[in-house]
Amino acid sequence: MAWANPLRLWREGVLGMNARNVAYIARYNERKRYPLVDDKLKTKMVVRKAGVTVPDLLQVIRTQHEIEDIDPILAKYDQFVIKPAQGSGGKGILVIVARDGEYFVKASGAKLSVADVKRDLSNITSGLYSLGGKPDVAFVETLVIADKTFEHISYEGVPDIRIIVFKGYPVMGMLRLATKESDGKANLHQGAVGVGLDIATGRSIAAVQHNRPVTRHPDTGRTLSNIIVPHWRALVTLAARCYDVTRLGYLGADFVLDVHHGPMLLELNARPGLSIQIANNEGLRPRLRAVEALDELLHFTADERVEWSIEHFAVDAETQADFWLSNEADLPQEQTA
Amino acid sequence: MTQRGPFLFLVVLLAGAGIASAVFRNQQYGVPFLPGTQETLWQIEARIDFQASGGPTQAILTLPPAQTGFRVLAENAVSAGYGFAIEDRRGQRRARWSKRDGAGDETLYYKLELVQDGGVNVATDPPVERPAVYFDEPYQTAAATLLAAVVPRSADGLTLAQQLVREINVTPKDQNVSLLLDRYSPNTIFTGLLSQAGVPARTVQVLVLEDGRRRQPLVDLIQVWQDDAWHLFNPLTGPVTETSNLLLWQTSTPGVLDVVGGTRSSVNFSIISQTRPALALAMAGAQEVSRFSLYSLPIEEQSMFKLIMLLPVGALVVVVLRVLIGLKTSGTFMPVLIALAFLQTKLIPGLVSFLLVVSVGLFIRSYLSSLNLLLVARIATLVIVVVAIMSVFSVLSYQLGMQGALTLTFFPMIILAWTIERMSILWEEDGPKEVLIQGGGSLFVATLAYLLMDQELTRHLAFNFPELHLCVLAMILLLGRYTGYRLSELRRFSPLAK
Repeated sequence: MAWANPLRLWREGVLGMNARNVAYIARYNERKRYPLVDDKLKTKMVVRKAGVTVPDLLQVIRTQHEIEDIDPILAKYDQFVIKPAQGSGGKGILVIVARDGEYFVKASGAKLSVADVKRDLSNITSGLYSLGGKPDVAFVETLVIADKTFEHISYEGVPDIRIIVFKGYPVMGMLRLATKESDGKANLHQGAVGVGLDIATGRSIAAVQHNRPVTRHPDTGRTLSNIIVPHWRALVTLAARCYDVTRLGYLGADFVLDVHHGPMLLELNARPGLSIQIANNEGLRPRLRAVEALDELLHFTADERVEWSIEHFAVDAETQADFWLSNEADLPQEQTA
Repeated sequence: MTQRGPFLFLVVLLAGAGIASAVFRNQQYGVPFLPGTQETLWQIEARIDFQASGGPTQAILTLPPAQTGFRVLAENAVSAGYGFAIEDRRGQRRARWSKRDGAGDETLYYKLELVQDGGVNVATDPPVERPAVYFDEPYQTAAATLLAAVVPRSADGLTLAQQLVREINVTPKDQNVSLLLDRYSPNTIFTGLLSQAGVPARTVQVLVLEDGRRRQPLVDLIQVWQDDAWHLFNPLTGPVTETSNLLLWQTSTPGVLDVVGGTRSSVNFSIISQTRPALALAMAGAQEVSRFSLYSLPIEEQSMFKLIMLLPVGALVVVVLRVLIGLKTSGTFMPVLIALAFLQTKLIPGLVSFLLVVSVGLFIRSYLSSLNLLLVARIATLVIVVVAIMSVFSVLSYQLGMQGALTLTFFPMIILAWTIERMSILWEEDGPKEVLIQGGGSLFVATLAYLLMDQELTRHLAFNFPELHLCVLAMILLLGRYTGYRLSELRRFSPLAK
């Protein structure tokens, strides 16, 4: 791993953490709107009104008392997901994919007793995963059944799609694939693979794991070069609509593709990470600048904004091929390293 | 988002105010910028002896005026049975001893402590208008002839004075000079001639400061006024340029001692010099310095503030390492608190005991996680565990004769408990690698902060110049608006620098 020349990075339009915090998050995200996205339960309620599909809410658990009475409720479902409303970075999320007698089976295949699940719920409500340790709310929602498109690519869990929406314009997208290392979670910090997506077509442009370029999924060995995300146009339009209800200028919207319901919003993030740039093999800054330069009154609807983004942020086929060709050669070394 | 202009103005204002105030206090009160700066302290004792003739007795001693190059630190008088007062009359300070019924040999002492300080500058009093002094005949004729010969060879008062000194001391002597010297002292001739030439001059008495001298008299010298300043002359040798060891004692009235109701009075001086830390001298010297400084607090609070004032330095280290370097730590300011603990324990024992407590804590925490405790209860349990670990280690190490481990108690226990909890969660969620990265990062930041805060210079400046924290604040504000890359990002984004 080499060190990059900062001037070079600047010319490539790479957005750094400090610049993101000062020039975009602080400038375009009003603090009073944060609770809306920091609380996944609130997000769910709000975006539903804007016509964005979300997984069905099964149960909300607010107190220790409710945890004690959870047994009959959980008994009704074989598959479900427990989430802390204010968790960050995917922490505290429990994905149950099946039952095995008394036990609940996690995505990784590990088995949990009812007591284990209750402990997790108790951790959530006492605020272990929330920012600043505030008491939190846990909620149970339906498990998304992943679209078959990614079945052979992803190792476990449900791949999700992150769209960066700037002032209502989708500017960059990334598919996140769980790996063995990430314990079925589509979280780049935990070792998931990020695949950059062409904002115009939903086609894979480049891919990254642990901030380094990859061309194949480390567990399945499948090439990542020919992925095309289905329902792409609908998905970016939903993402653009999230801006209309949250009014957060710099926003990360996380979607999953459900086999029945198509794109569903999982959560919104007011401080989306920057690895998406490596996954796309391109810096964010030029695109953000282009949107900043636009007349505020130019486009009114999400559809118009998406149209503009598709026209301006499309990646040509040649650039797309470049990445896969140039990195394929390095692959054997990448794997041994 | 505020504009760049007002923001930069604020930053410059804060930094400027901090530096200006520090420089001012350094110049005005001599609070030194460097720790351990030494200054020369002169202790001068004036001893007055006289024979009281019975009845009301008064002794009046002229005291040295404020002057450039010396700062008065303290003065006091020792005088059994005498009333003592210091009076200030038209800029001339005088000490007055008084007694209703004095008899026999009396001895009075006046003690003065001075610091030699080149930075002290005192406005000099301009000369008082005085009529020219004329000598009796035939001496006046000789003086007039002498003056008429010398004046054409001079350009101003100073050069005239120089020529006069030459004229008085040259051998063989001019006959006019010889005549005058028969009757008058060189000083009298010198001042007299100058006053006739219209050059203001006065006789002053100075004390030559020399370590370990006893029974020193005051020395008569002449001051000549030129270009808004007094210039010191010795009528026998010429201009006196080296004045750093000359203390001006008396400038206006002749006679430094005046005794009423006594005879055979005399005054003489003993001098010793010491070198002392400049800081102690500054504190002792001027009340104003300590009144608005942390030194006005009780000693116990002072020692606490010595630590507290280091916190901003630690905070700056954290900001630099996170914003410029991009280091990951567990808990934003936890490393600073650990660094504060290191200040008490010293680095190596601190690191060792921190790692011991945290690793034993993590071990016990792994058992706790199977107990399904509520968060608050779990943290509380960890606090007790930390206390237990600390006491066990302290007792064990004491029995083994390792005194160093007793410093364990300086670690903030609640912080330790939270650190263990966070590390444990991190271990479960992100694996031991992340624990090493964040734990190592925290200890690295703590060590750096410790090394900076442990510098003698840092401690000295932080406590004696609290205003310098405004500069720290300005730096932190600037860093808060830094939008460039972090050092770690140069690595992270290196694939993008095609």
